[in-house]
Parts: sequence; C-alpha cells; structure tokens
Amino acid sequence: MSAVPAIELKGITKTFGDVIANQDIDLSVYRGEILSILGENGSGKTTLMNMISGIYYPDSGHIFIDGEEVLIRSPKDAFQYKIGMIHQHFKLIDVFTATENIVLGLTDGRYDLAAYEKRVQEICDRYGFNLDPKKKIYDMSVSEKQTVEIIKVLFRGADILILDEPTAVLTPQETDRLFDVLRHMRDDGKAIIIITHKLHEVLSLSDRVSVLCKGRYVGTVVTKETDEMKLTEMMVGAKVDLNIHRSDPVNPTPRLIVNGLNCKNEDGIPVLKNISFTAMSGEILGIAGIAGSGQRELLESIAGLQQLESGEISYMNPASGETEDLRNKSPRRIRELGVRLSFVPEDRLGMGLVGNMGIIDNMMLRSYETGRGFFLNRTAPASLADQIISDLQVVTPDAKTPVRRLSGGNVQKVLVGREIASAPTVLMVAYPVRGLDINSSFTIYRLLNEQKEKGVSVIFVGEDLDVLIELCDRILVLSSGSISGIVDPRSTADEKSLKEQIGLLMTKKVEDAPATAANVKAAEAAEAVEAPETGKEETERE
Amino acid sequence: MSEVKKPKNVREPLFHLAKRDNLSGKKALLIRLSAIAVGILITCIFGFLIVGWTPLDILQTLIDGTFGTSNRRWDLMEKTAILLCISLAVTPAFRMRFWNIGAEGQTLVACLVSGACMLKIGDKVPNPLLLLIMLVASVAAGALWALIPAIFKAFWNTNETLFTLMMNYVAAQITSYYVYIWSVPKGSGHVGIINSTTKAGWLVSIGDKPYLLTILIVAVMTVISYIYLNHCKHGYEISVVGESEKTARYIGINVKKVILRTMIISGAICGLTGFLIVSGADHTFIKDSVGGLGFTAIMVSWLAKFNPLAMTFFAFLIAFLGKGSNEITTLTGLDSSFANIVTGLVIFCVIGCEFFINYTIRFRKKETPAAEKPVAPAKTDEPEAETETTEKEAQS
Amino acid sequence: MIIFSFIRRAVMQGVPLLYGSTGEIITEKSGHLNLGIPGIMYMGAIGGVIGGFFFEQTGADFSHWYIRVLAILIALFCSLFFSCLMGLLYCFLTVSLRANQNVTGLALTTFGVGVGNFFGGSLIKISHADVPTVTLTKTSSCFAKHLPFVDTVNKMAADNKCPKILAELCQTIFSYSTLAYLSIVIALIAAHVLMKTRVGLTLRAVGEDPATADAAGINVNRYKYVATCLGSMIAGLGGLYYIMDYASGVWSSDGFGDRGWLSVALVIFSLWRPNLAIIGSFLFGGLYIVHNYIGGLSMQAQELFKMSPYVMTLLVLIFVSIKEKKEALPPAHLGLNYFREER
Repeated sequence: MSAVPAIELKGITKTFGDVIANQDIDLSVYRGEILSILGENGSGKTTLMNMISGIYYPDSGHIFIDGEEVLIRSPKDAFQYKIGMIHQHFKLIDVFTATENIVLGLTDGRYDLAAYEKRVQEICDRYGFNLDPKKKIYDMSVSEKQTVEIIKVLFRGADILILDEPTAVLTPQETDRLFDVLRHMRDDGKAIIIITHKLHEVLSLSDRVSVLCKGRYVGTVVTKETDEMKLTEMMVGAKVDLNIHRSDPVNPTPRLIVNGLNCKNEDGIPVLKNISFTAMSGEILGIAGIAGSGQRELLESIAGLQQLESGEISYMNPASGETEDLRNKSPRRIRELGVRLSFVPEDRLGMGLVGNMGIIDNMMLRSYETGRGFFLNRTAPASLADQIISDLQVVTPDAKTPVRRLSGGNVQKVLVGREIASAPTVLMVAYPVRGLDINSSFTIYRLLNEQKEKGVSVIFVGEDLDVLIELCDRILVLSSGSISGIVDPRSTADEKSLKEQIGLLMTKKVEDAPATAANVKAAEAAEAVEAPETGKEETERE
Repeated sequence: MSEVKKPKNVREPLFHLAKRDNLSGKKALLIRLSAIAVGILITCIFGFLIVGWTPLDILQTLIDGTFGTSNRRWDLMEKTAILLCISLAVTPAFRMRFWNIGAEGQTLVACLVSGACMLKIGDKVPNPLLLLIMLVASVAAGALWALIPAIFKAFWNTNETLFTLMMNYVAAQITSYYVYIWSVPKGSGHVGIINSTTKAGWLVSIGDKPYLLTILIVAVMTVISYIYLNHCKHGYEISVVGESEKTARYIGINVKKVILRTMIISGAICGLTGFLIVSGADHTFIKDSVGGLGFTAIMVSWLAKFNPLAMTFFAFLIAFLGKGSNEITTLTGLDSSFANIVTGLVIFCVIGCEFFINYTIRFRKKETPAAEKPVAPAKTDEPEAETETTEKEAQS
Repeated sequence: MIIFSFIRRAVMQGVPLLYGSTGEIITEKSGHLNLGIPGIMYMGAIGGVIGGFFFEQTGADFSHWYIRVLAILIALFCSLFFSCLMGLLYCFLTVSLRANQNVTGLALTTFGVGVGNFFGGSLIKISHADVPTVTLTKTSSCFAKHLPFVDTVNKMAADNKCPKILAELCQTIFSYSTLAYLSIVIALIAAHVLMKTRVGLTLRAVGEDPATADAAGINVNRYKYVATCLGSMIAGLGGLYYIMDYASGVWSSDGFGDRGWLSVALVIFSLWRPNLAIIGSFLFGGLYIVHNYIGGLSMQAQELFKMSPYVMTLLVLIFVSIKEKKEALPPAHLGLNYFREER
C-alpha cells in the first residue's frame, strides 16, 4: 500500500433538486487495496461513484488523484486519470464479439482485430479471466458479459476500478471467481472500489469498508477489525420515527396461500426458490430484501405475468368461500375468476399506466372490458378520474392530460387510486413511495392502511426499513430468491435491533434445502437470528 | 466550497434539444398550417423558375384545376375519397406501431379480385348479388394479404416493414399475370373496360353523380374508423398495445390476437378501397391500379397523427395538389410528374415542422446555478432510482 | 452460346441493383431504413442526364479525349451531387429533426421519381433546346467504353484465329463498362470497410445500439449523416449507370421501373452484406430477364418470373427470423431514431 491515496474525496456534496444524494463525503482508496462501499438502496453509493467516473459533477468538494487535485468533468476525463467504472447495466452490442466490444470507441493505433484479440487474451491470462475473445455477446452468460465490461476498462489502461454491485447478477460460483480475479488485480497494484450491500462479500473480499447511510458518510473501518453486527449497525443507522399509524389486524383469515414457488428468468437462472407464505386479510405483509432478490418476480407470479416452474398460488375467495388456483393464469383469466387482485407495479409508466394517455383512459385499463357492448364506456372512468383527482389531490391541468406529464407523486396517486378503486381483496404494491416527496408518501401509507382496515390483504414491497417496520404487520425477508425469515415488527421492543435483524436476514444465504411451511414457521418464530453461514466465510478470510 | 474551479456547464453545449409536450393544440395547428403554406410557397418559387409564371398565376391555376368545373370538383372528391379510404386502412396498424407499408399490395389484390368477379361471373348473377360478391371477395382478399405478414410478425417477430413492402410487388406481379391472361385483345396487356355494355358490377351512381356513392361510403367509413379507434374496446386495445406491450400484458390483453385482428381489419379496408376503385371508378384493373396511393396514404395517415378526421384534410390537400399541378403541366405541356414534386415538397415541409411541435431548442443559460436544473422536464423525480438516472446521464 | 449472352445481360441488369443495395446497406447499417432509395436512384440518373444534356448542348467536340473525360466528370459530378442532396435532406429530416423514417423515405421516393420523370420529360421544353428527344448518345458512348482487347479477340474469333468459346468467355468477363466494374469494386470495398475496419465497427455499433455507441464516445449523428449521404451517392450511381450505359443515354419516363425497390429487397436477400449483394444482384438480374431465354414462355408466365426476386427475398426474411440467427437479422435499431434524452 502506498502512502498517498490513489483517489481521495473531500467534502463531496451532490443534490438533485431538493433531494440530497451525497452530503459532505470523505473517502480514500489506496493502490493495492480493495475498498468496499456499503450502504442500503438509495444511500448514495452509485451517485458518489458516478462523480468519480465523470458522469455527474459534484456541487462542492474536492477530488484528489495521487495527491493532486483534479477536475473530472466527463467520462473521458476520468479515463485520462485511469479511472474505469463497470456499471450495473452493461453497455454491450449483442452481435459483436468480446474483442469488438472492448475496442469499440478507441481511436488510436491500427485496427487489427487479431492483435487486439491477443491483447485481450493476455489480459485474461494475467488476471485469470476465463473468456473467449471471439465469442459473441449474445452467446454469453451474464458473468461473461461482466468480464467483457471489466476487460474493456482494463484494456484502456485503467488502474483505478470501480465496480457497481458486480455480484448482483452472478451465481455464488461466479462471484467467487470474480473475487479471485479482483484479488489478483489488487496484488497487481490496482486500486479497486466495489459497491455492494452484501455483508458477507464485504467481509470476504475487501481490505477496508466505507459505509454510507442516507447520503451521509458514516465511517470507514478496516475489514479485519469488524464483523457483521457492527457493519449492519453502521449501515442501517439510527431508527427514525415516522409516526405512521398502525392498527391491529381485525379478524385475519388466510387470503392468499403461496406454496413452494419456483421461477426462472430468461437466462434460466432461478429467481424464486421455494417461496411459501400466507397473506392474511386485514394485514399489511411487508416484503423486504435487497434490490433484485426476487420481489418483482414474486408479485408478477401472483399477478399472472410470470411462467412458473412449480408451486401453487391459492386464493381464498371471501365472497364465495371457494379456493381458486391462480397458477399460470393470465391476468384476464384471473379477473374472470372473480379474483379481485390489484397490483401497483414498480414500473409505473412502463407497465401500470400508459404515459401518453390521460387519467380517464388510464382508469379504463382495468375496466374497459366491462359492459356487454362493443363500445367503451367513458362515463364511469371519467367520474372515477375526477374522484381520484379530488380525493387524492392529484395536481393536473385536467383529466385528459397525458399522465407522463404529471410529477412522480401524482402519477403514483393515479395508479394507486385506480388499483384501489376496483375494491380489491388483495392489493400488491411495489416500491410505492420511490421518488415521492414526504406528503405524497404519507398519502400512500394512509391509503394502504385504509385498505387494510377494510379487510384487504395488502402486500407491500419496500426498501426503507423504517417504513416497513412501522407500517407492516409482518415482514417477509427475501434473500436472493429465497425467504430468509419472517419478522414480526411489533414483537421486539427495541426497534433498532429489529432493523439490524432484518438487515442481516436480507444478506443471509439461504441453503437450497426446501423451505417447507414448517421451516418458514420456524423462521417466523425466531427472535434473534444468528448467521452461521456468513460467519464461516469471515473466518476463512482470516 | 467555492473553490470548484469550473462550473458544471462547461460540458453543456451551446444549445440542445429537449422534448416538449406542453404545446397547445392551437399553436401546433398554426405551425402545421404555416408549414403547408411554406410548402406551397416553395412550389410557387419552383414553378416560377421552371415555367416563369408568377406565384399568383400558379395559385390561380392550382385552384382552377381543382374547382374550375363541376367535373373537376367531383373528380377531386373521388380522388380524396380513395386516398382517404386507404389512409383509414393503414391507420389501425400504425396506431399499434405495426408499420404496414403494404397497403398498395393489399388494395391491388382486392382490385384484381373485384375485376376477376366482374369478368367471370358478371353475366351469371344479378347485379346486386354480383356487387355483394365482389365486395365480400375484395375485402377477404385484402384481409388475407395483410394477415400473412401479421402472422409472421406475431409469432416470429419478422420485420413487418420489409415484409409488407415485398408483398406489394408480389401482388403487382400476380395482378400483371392475370392482366395478361385476361387481356383483350389477347396479349395486349390490357383488360380494357369490363362489361362496358352490361355495366355488370359497376357501382350504381346516385342521380347523375357518378362518384357520389363512393364518396358517401368513404365518409361513412371515416366516421366508423373514428369511432372504432376512439370509442371502441378494440380501438382502445390497439392504443395500449401500440404504447406499451408491457402494459398490455399487465392488464391481460392478448397481444398476438390484437396484432392479427388489427391487420385483418387494416387489410379489409384496403380491400374495400380496391372494390371502390374497380367497381366505382376504373371498371378495369392493371398493375398500376392503385398507382402509389398505398404509399401516399401512409404519409397522409402519419401527417394526420392517425386521426381519421384530420386525415380527411390531408387526403384532400394531397389530392388538391396533385390535381392542381396536373393542370399546370397540362397548360404548359410539361411532364405530369410535376405533381409528385409538389406533393413531395409540401410533405417535406410538414414533416419538418413536426420537429418544432415536439422539440424545443434550449440555449445554454449564462448563470451557473440555472444550469444545475435537470433539463428534460420529463424527469422531475426519482433521485433514488440510481441506475436509471445513471443511464440517462451516462449518455449525455 | 446463349448462356454467355444470358450472363452478360444478367450482369448488366444486376449492376444498378448492386449500386442501390450497396448504398442502402451502408445506410441501414447506421440504423436508418431509407425507403427513399428508389427516388434517390432516379435523382442520380436525372442528375447525370441534366449534366450531360447541357454539356452536349454546348456543342463540345467529343472527338477530343479531354472533352470525353470532361463529359464523364460532369455527368458523374451532377449525379453524385443530386443524390447527395437527397441523402442530406433525408438525414436532416430523420437524424436532426427526428421525423419518421418510413414516411420521410416514401416522401423522398415520391419526390425523387417526380423530379426524375419531370425533368426527363420536360428538359427540352424548359431549356428551349433544339432537339427532339433527350438522347445523350455522345456522353453515353463515353461511359459505355469497354476494354479494347475484347474487340480484338472478337475479331480474331471471327477470322477463326482463336476459338469461339474463348471469345465468348472473354466478352462475358471483360465487356462491361467502367461503371459496372466500379460497382463491384465499391461493394467489395464496402464489405471490407464494414467488417474489417474501425470505421465499419463503429458504424455497425451505431446501427445496432446508438446508446452504447454514444457511451463509447462515438459521434452517432455524424456517422449517421456520413453513412446516409455516402449510401445515397452510391445508390445514385446505379441510376447513372442505368441511363448512361444500359439505356444508352435515352431517357424514357418510368424506364427505371421498380429497380429501386428491387435494390431494397436485395439488401434483405444479401443479409446486409455487400459482398453477398454482388452475387445476389446478378442472380436478381438473371431472374429479371430469364423469361426471355426460356423458349415458348407466355407473357403471363413472364410476369410470374419477375415476381421471383421478391418471393425469394420474402423466404430469406422469413427463414432468418424463424432461425433467429442474430448476424442475419436487420440492424437492431433499424428504423428507430435516436434521441439521447429519451430511452
């Protein structure tokens, strides 16, 4: 480790409008070390790294490279300082080979693919990557694509590497291989920053850890001197009291029983593993987990938008008392069965609403088929639109203005308003307050609580643990596609430890053993949660 | 923290484009109308350079050529009607973002089928029945011709633009094949006016107005199209599929079914047009029976923003320009292709003006703090959606 | 030796298609489906005609070699200039103003065909020239010059000094004009540049995924402009070849026919590869005229034969999309405009 940091940040602040993404952050990384940046979703990790790689420009603060102050105004500048960032979303061209993608955009030197391929191979050999330079991207697995992105950066001579959640898309084996390569690069004298929110990875890989929480810098610790409990404590921060009203569930009965759900994504990678739970009427069931742990797939499976490998989804119809099997049925079929299921998806304008249509036409999305005739009936949707506009105080010029022109909060009010209007018995909401201001957020919480009091079974996927703890009656924690535990947010008197408990569950590795109903029950009952698997890795690293 | 030496806007260019969608309908209309005016002005200048007439002369001839006599007026109306009818046909597909540029072929096979009916069973069945058979057969032929690319699009995602384009020429050659088979006299390559004595299969004329029925049918079709697209469940499904397939699936629309159904409708209206061309006006068919109207209709539909009522105006405009400029070339003895040039020029102007409706040019602001504001009005929120913002910014 | 004359005619039919499709491939590789190609080829043809016509009207003496060279240069320049203008117009509307590509292309075709036929039909009237028809025999003869030794070999064969078959072979390979050979050279260069050079790599990237290309620091719009204009100019040469060599300088209204659309079909048929387009163009050319060489074919059957290029193209299009062979699919961003601020 050299004495002067490769990169040093001092007092970096960045705001987007009124939202402070990063406030007064100090950070340094040396050559020959791996620094983890740890923080929950929305804690400002990516924003901070984007300022180093030239995508954003800080409002204030200083950046030093090898002790000298620099200005990084564009990705080109960053590249000049030999900084390379590997983003979460790959920028690769499908029909090109690995090498062609790697050299795309280079302007110097003779264009000689064979020579380039040789150089790519050399880099692979040097760091232990396993990649065929001639392989086309569309033939590649996610991990190979990531390898291409990393080599792209190395090929351009970067010696400060930033990886944004590189393991989110990888299998455990691929993760291990990537970590080997990263250690190799560290030993080669490169400075490596890795953004993550998986604790066990932080402990097994990095030399030091810097923790961010809600846009603020919490501190930096040497990995060897810390453990999961300490890091979780730093990461989740102090409990914030939101004062969300929560009533006790009245007369809960099972409404939706999910049993042994398994589901794979397009790449054939399992995204849901043996998910079993029961959603009760009159309660809010929270679902916590780091981003991409299977939350979206779970909700879409219930809504009839995902092909399932196996498992059952049973719906107890409160009106008829009958049980309906929802598995692999289309949304229309589910509706025809008399299942009143509402779903507020994460992608509001791309999925839940049509951006170019007005509020009235968007109201019709759920109801346009009603009525026998060939014609649309806009009277009911129009009055519904007016009602939502006045009840939820949607700010819009009129009910015909395309919803894409409304602000995020108003868009969400329209969407939630529509989904609630159909008097659902099950209401699923995914990240309903993302991007919303405080007032709009509280409107949404109020609406969810109203539904709960009406006896609706509400399933709430959220990212803010404070909200989950104060709003939900039970919290189901997902960890890479499996249920790692179900927590009763009322059970623990000390709310801070509750937050840490969830935080640990979120990163806990769940063995592939079938999570039977009994298993889940056990997890539900568990009060203090140990994390033996992750602990093991820590000792290995030592 | 004022030591940051260079403000953020160092990498902001002098001006940049931003999408805008707050333009009032009135202003948008004004921009479009002025674009048409500019187009006609360019035509006048061009005409002045070529034939040496003053712009006033040219305008006068344009109007005289289209409205001068009763015959001209009827002819103009008929041309407008046929063009409008094909435009109505392509519109449902376009609303679904299915780029059907095969209206030419779909209409042509219908012309062929109509003509074939007149030739083969013209003297065997009573006229009303014949007309009915012709109508049904043409509509079916047009629908079939449109269904083929739709099937491939729905199931194998075959590029529909290229597919429908090729289908046009297949239709043209098949028509040409039958023209030779049935040509009178043999081998002449012309079918000639069919049933010129018996008038079997000729669309009846109301009073002494030969085209009135055609015009009425198209007028009714326009209203039906408008209602179908804007006030029917089908039309609504088309819009949803066109806007976002993801949303369509979310609410349980069967996307494949909508694609197939819509293309059948699209082709069927082309079929109707083919029937109107052969039965109502030409009473014969050749390879060029549609004469590029299938392509012009695409422009009409697009210029009218897929609104059937606005299409009436644009179809009229194109027909007016075509007929009017033909008058100029007849008087001067120049080539009749002048009409194509004029049509092209005006369309260029209207296409170009869309830019000023959809985008706004923003010049770099002088003050540093102002430059901090996100530029696109669309992204006002979502600071937490880190990855999304990243991608947007990464491109800038 | 009917087979040799068939090949010769097929090649001559194929050359305009090859120009058109090479130009269109370059354009489409940048992600722009230019349906204005038929119009552009008309413009290329009429450009050459206008240039040649006014030059011949000056009464220049074509017996001097430098006058002949000048005639070629003037026609060439006018042709390239006209088609380049069309390319620029298309780019301005679709790249800068982001208009719908299909609509713009079709408008361009309407306009281009209109301009071609209008000036072709009215040139004499407009210029008050004292000639009955637009017949550029002199300029055309400059373009149609082929290698001198072909005639020598022919003569030798006639005098029984060398085998007839050799003469036929020699004529089949060497009897075309410079523009014909140039079309093959351009296609080969285009194939090489697209697949083997940095520029080609970048251009393909722009057509596949402009956002990625943009992120890699590539000036997407510049590539689109250059590719489209260059493509238009190459396509325009197809029109020039047709009028100056194939039609011997005689303009006839709509004489160029549907060759423009056939070029667009050829692009799909050759899977966006200019080197395959060479073979494809001669195949299409052959299919276009084969009915003349099959004895006893009725008029109607000839029409069905003319359909075959389109049917074959359709089959290729269907086959490729069912097989999902990625390299053979159209550029991923074909037909879609790129605007950085929207995703």
